[in-house]
Amino acid sequence: MTARVGVVTFPGSLDDRDALRAVKLAGAEPVALWHRDKDLHQVDAVVLPGGFSYGDYLRAGAISRFSPVMETIIEQARGGMPVLGICNGFQVLTESHLLPGAMLRNNHLHFVCKDQKLRVENNGTAWTSDYAPGQEIMIPLKNMDGRFTADRRTIDELEAEGRVVFRYLDGNPNGSIDDIAGITNAAGNVVGLMPHPEHAVDPIVGTGGTDGTGFFTSILKRLVNA
Amino acid sequence: MARVVVDVMLKPEILDPQGQAVQRALPRLGFEGIADVRQGKRFELEVEGPVDAAALARIHQAAETFLANTVIEDFTVHVEEGQ
Repeated sequence: MTARVGVVTFPGSLDDRDALRAVKLAGAEPVALWHRDKDLHQVDAVVLPGGFSYGDYLRAGAISRFSPVMETIIEQARGGMPVLGICNGFQVLTESHLLPGAMLRNNHLHFVCKDQKLRVENNGTAWTSDYAPGQEIMIPLKNMDGRFTADRRTIDELEAEGRVVFRYLDGNPNGSIDDIAGITNAAGNVVGLMPHPEHAVDPIVGTGGTDGTGFFTSILKRLVNA
Repeated sequence: MARVVVDVMLKPEILDPQGQAVQRALPRLGFEGIADVRQGKRFELEVEGPVDAAALARIHQAAETFLANTVIEDFTVHVEEGQ
């Protein structure tokens, strides 16, 4: 028996196929979910993929956050279901208030597309247990609105509770506070990050490495052992 | 129909690189003396029926939950007169 991991397709999602493939390569069963369908089809975890859902109209993630599928995901995430938001998915998670803070336009106003070195600051989440604490990984980064921000009190709380999961190394690509690349909620089941682990699971494409695979093997182990 | 306008602006403490880019372009075009620019959004809502206290309260709620992200933005609501 393996775990069922859903990947939502919103209008404007780009990386849903790569996320489904990453789930499959890790040995879990990928399940395609549709934004207008409230039913999660008995998945054990959900990935919100990258892209430009609803054209990033209003704010990135702001319209997707009110889609029918998100109603169910928000409710179940609050109940402990693991959710990973990648790039646009991270933006959807902050707009949903499942994660604190907000995403803003990159401080230099340019689209970023590069291989980005990260440090795994917290391997205690549902999505990072296969990494060593402090492990450095190379993951593609590509976004326009990647500047994570929150008020100082929220940042201090995130830092104090070890909820900064990933930090940018070798330069901050978008002006995010404290070089934050990804965070988790207090329970550790909801994780959001700007870089794209689903593009780093096969040596023939992307970074040429497989540093992103750990996200998908982590969740599989967590669900199968649960 | 009455028009209600919702103006959304980034909070003062939030860096606005788009506004800065506009501000830097102004002198190049010969528009001197503008020290700072902040860029925001304006929503014009055409409201069916009377714009009473209840209607304004609903619009306020829409602005707070959807039109603005109050983590990073402030908003104001006003009725546009003289139509």
